[in-house]
Amino acid sequence: MSSLNSAIPPGPLAEKWTRYKDSAPLINPANKRKFSVIVVGSGLAGGSAAATLSELGYQVKCFCYQDSPRRAHSIAAQGGINAAKNYQNDGDSVWRLFYDTIKGGDFRSREANVHRLAEVSSNIIDQCVAQGVPFAREYGGLLANRSFGGAQVSRTFYARGQTGQQLLIGCYQALEKEIARGGVTMYPRTEMMDLVKVDGHAKGIVVRDLKTGKIESHAADCVILATGGYGNVFYLSTNAMGCNVMAAFRAYKRGAYFANPCYTQIHPTCIPVSGDYQSKLTLMSESLRNDGRIWVPKSRDVAAKIRAGKMTASDVPDDQRDYYLERKYPSFGNLAPRDIASRSAKEACDDGRGVAKTGLGVYLDFRDAIDRLGKDTIEARYGNLFQMYNKISGEDPYTSPMKIYPAVHYTMGGLWVDYNLMSNLKGLHVLGEANFSDHGANRLGASALMQGLADGYFVIPATLPSYLVNETPGSVTTSNPAFREAEEAVNARIGQLMKNGASGTRTVDSFHRELGFLMWDKCGMGRTKEGLEEAISKIPAIREDFWANVKIPGSTSSLNMELEKAGRVADFIDFAEMTCHDALNREESCGGHFREEYQFTEEDEDVKSGFTNPGEAKRRDDEFSYVAAWGDNGPGKKPELHKENLEFEAVTPSVRSYK
Amino acid sequence: MNLTLKVWRQAHADDRGEIKTYEANDIPEEASFLEMLDIVNEQILEKGDDPIHFDHDCREGICGMCSLNINGVPHSKEKGITTCQVHMRKFRDGDTIWIEPFRAKAFPIVKDLVIDRTAFDRIVAAGGYVEVRTGSAVDANSVPISKPDADAAFDAAACIGCGACVAACKNASAMLFVGAKAAHLNLLPQGQPEKDKRVLGMVRQMDAEGFGNCTNQYECEAVCPKEISADVIAKLNRDYAKAAVKEAVGR
Amino acid sequence: MNSLGKSLCAFWNSSIGKKIVVAVTGILLVGFLLGHMAGNLLVFAGREAMNDYAYFLHHMLHGAGIWFARIGLLVAVVLHIVATVSLTLHNKASRQEKYEHEATVQASRSSRMMIVSGLIILAFIIFHILHFTVRVDSGLADLKDPLDASRHDTYGMVIAGFNVPWVVLFYVVAISLLCSHLSHGIASIFQTLGLRSAKTEKATKALSWGITILLWIGFLIIPLTVLLNIVNDKEAAGQAAIENSAVHNLTGYRPSLNQVPSAE
Repeated sequence: MSSLNSAIPPGPLAEKWTRYKDSAPLINPANKRKFSVIVVGSGLAGGSAAATLSELGYQVKCFCYQDSPRRAHSIAAQGGINAAKNYQNDGDSVWRLFYDTIKGGDFRSREANVHRLAEVSSNIIDQCVAQGVPFAREYGGLLANRSFGGAQVSRTFYARGQTGQQLLIGCYQALEKEIARGGVTMYPRTEMMDLVKVDGHAKGIVVRDLKTGKIESHAADCVILATGGYGNVFYLSTNAMGCNVMAAFRAYKRGAYFANPCYTQIHPTCIPVSGDYQSKLTLMSESLRNDGRIWVPKSRDVAAKIRAGKMTASDVPDDQRDYYLERKYPSFGNLAPRDIASRSAKEACDDGRGVAKTGLGVYLDFRDAIDRLGKDTIEARYGNLFQMYNKISGEDPYTSPMKIYPAVHYTMGGLWVDYNLMSNLKGLHVLGEANFSDHGANRLGASALMQGLADGYFVIPATLPSYLVNETPGSVTTSNPAFREAEEAVNARIGQLMKNGASGTRTVDSFHRELGFLMWDKCGMGRTKEGLEEAISKIPAIREDFWANVKIPGSTSSLNMELEKAGRVADFIDFAEMTCHDALNREESCGGHFREEYQFTEEDEDVKSGFTNPGEAKRRDDEFSYVAAWGDNGPGKKPELHKENLEFEAVTPSVRSYK
Repeated sequence: MNLTLKVWRQAHADDRGEIKTYEANDIPEEASFLEMLDIVNEQILEKGDDPIHFDHDCREGICGMCSLNINGVPHSKEKGITTCQVHMRKFRDGDTIWIEPFRAKAFPIVKDLVIDRTAFDRIVAAGGYVEVRTGSAVDANSVPISKPDADAAFDAAACIGCGACVAACKNASAMLFVGAKAAHLNLLPQGQPEKDKRVLGMVRQMDAEGFGNCTNQYECEAVCPKEISADVIAKLNRDYAKAAVKEAVGR
Repeated sequence: MNSLGKSLCAFWNSSIGKKIVVAVTGILLVGFLLGHMAGNLLVFAGREAMNDYAYFLHHMLHGAGIWFARIGLLVAVVLHIVATVSLTLHNKASRQEKYEHEATVQASRSSRMMIVSGLIILAFIIFHILHFTVRVDSGLADLKDPLDASRHDTYGMVIAGFNVPWVVLFYVVAISLLCSHLSHGIASIFQTLGLRSAKTEKATKALSWGITILLWIGFLIIPLTVLLNIVNDKEAAGQAAIENSAVHNLTGYRPSLNQVPSAE
């Protein structure tokens, strides 16, 4: 066990970033041209980094597995993006955004990074508006804001229910502009298969051209991973079908540490699962909680009747309804943070009061909002979301309440990075959801877009020179033997996957489903020591079965989607094991990580005083106020834990109360 | 429900390709169209055959990756949705469903139902942006934009680049896509300085990619999953005419 | 080539540029059709008005006016056709692989047969020019105005020309196709020139249908009323011409005496 150097600059919290920028090394324009940068991923973080670094003069190569950089899953973010603009004059400030984010993350994130994020948040909005992002506006022509979970101010900028799309398109356009100028070379339908390390530094990647199956090496002076999260380890999630952990996990296998993988966010407002054929879950924007009220019947009998179709929501009188978030958290009500809202829904359903056919669903009801504001206002605010719900479920949310249930949505964990966003592996930088840095144990709504763009537009351009100034540009080329070695390893792995060809006995999806359901069951919303140990004991069997029996028809030299999925699932299996180790190690409850052994009970002082409720997550700051960064110990071995102790200078970790 | 599928299979770009028939049995009504294909693919895999390849990613109607022509209509005949949002409850037991790729010379087939839409990227690279260096932006509220203008720009910006407009057009024209991007940026004050350059550049690239031209039939508008109006095409024509005149007289 | 020339070339070579050429020539041609129809309707005002009008057309600007108009129209027609044929070929190339299962959502039938209707109209125009302008039929060419024998009898020519059922049938088919062409074409002018929007959609549609229906009625009412003998040649001056007409010899048609009333 070793401790990690987070490279946090000295000075008071609010001045760290400014001081850092004042003193960080610079590279003159003539020299920037000589440096090359590989960016893997073209979402908000990767796309904005690639575009901005190219503008600065670096030679950039950008890779994505989709057919176009515009398809990255950032596009699916609905709700909005936070910024401490205080345009609403409601008392917002950089400090408040910083504090809300730290508190929202249950005091498990790094103060300096979060403060920097809050500082650059305003610049992001300026940049996006200048690019033509059509944010919502007031009649006076100025930008509109709305409130979001975990905050008491309106600081969220939004573009109807398609904020992620509009931000990504802005970023994609900037990227295309640089592609046209020749600063960025784009490689769509290309998947990173391995990271190449030369003398301990990340100096390149091996990729597979998904159309031709060709394995190719790319060398550069540094590598940036912006490859998103790992929510698909649970099989069902709100992630896109292609989202995977392969790039990050390959880096882990090459020596990068993976931090806090057990911090997974379960989003409270998703459309419930309806059958075992289901391939993914659909999120309904958290913004719906601004006007929708969440409830289940007070009695189990009524819930049972609803499940059986003998009663409907409108048959339940108000005094028979349990608006449980409003009851438990009177000051935040339906806007309680995501982890809390999700767990409350699970509790209600575990109590037998769920209303979906499967028993796993609660109501999100707009009846009162429609009475108060009129149908037109509700339609203007949420029309497209209601329409989407209607298309999927076949039900009309204007007349009967939506049914929602939590689903895996975002992963706060990721590759460990220091203040420069550089991993413990020199030269490897990690941005956006792929790193662990800013959201602690739980991410607040409208913060993911903020972090992705902050990392790409403003942070990495300023911190990358710190690494590059000590490097000789172009010193490593693909003729270095490390590339041949990595290519051989990639080919060998593909050969291993394809050894059964069409004669294997099980499909890739069947393994993915098995793994996902195990993870959801044992490492999902509620985790126990026994459950996690069980998962850890079962995963090796899945792995063995997978490598022995997986069935992949087709060839390696053309488009072969089964092969693509197989490579990703193979890594998910190993990754799941590490995640369970992390969850087992963390003997506390915080944010998205809820260990059932560690919760408030009637005995606790904070419950007696009425500060919090029994059943709330109980942190153990004395023992677990650290980042758990896991290093690979070789196949089949428990990963090695490295700790970064979290120092809180500006805030005092407290019991997170939203009462 | 039980269905008969007529699916376009093509091993690679140079293969001739043909329609093959598959039986899709015991499909749950709640399943989405792509989940139905997943089930069929599992059955194909059981037999050890190569599954039907199709593009898909977010499966919630926003990434623009899914691209099937269902019974002759891109994203099916239901209005305002993408392929991944089509649900099986809209079909009846015993139906025959034709599934083909989006077809256009500018969208070559990669395999089966998977196509190459990078032509769209090159059109955007030819002018579909506002040239603003990161960090050089003024305060976001320094340029007020009237709500109707912002809303109109948004309506155009809703495009997901799926290519259904091209696939539906008898001429494989990309005018709705190009018009939407041009309208999004040309309607905003931020887009004004590069307006003429943008339109000339994007239209030239569109022609060079081998897309057809618009014969004003508005099939594109009818199938657009984001219901973008063909008004953006009228605006593109107008903006192009102005830009071409300005270019001709050297202004 | 100078920069203006280059710009014009670029304009013509672009898809939108060519379409604008189609739209602008389309406006000229629709304008011509409206004028032509108005002139034709003088047939209801009688022989003198009609022949005066024809005389005026042939003698304005000492006879040069009609040639300016003819050359202008010819250029418009040629540009219209060259541009649309070239666009159509480009379109065919853009969608080489057809769908095995084709479907149409909202494209009108007229819009889908523009090139066919256009080319048939071209054939009709050639026939029409040979018929009434070049007058390959000497019987129609030699008609003299009974009121003023020094000039051609346009009125008589129209009556005689439209007394032939298959000619009228051809006119009905061709004009109907023309109007099908216009029902899509006029609305398209607004779109191509960027003058249409969701707000003006109804107005442009109404206008294009209004013009189309007006032209359909205006053009077809003449041959039909002539054939149905509602309009006829009171001076019977065309009688001999009809008897000798090559066109009628082709069909073997002979007007019976009671169809052609005797002169007053």
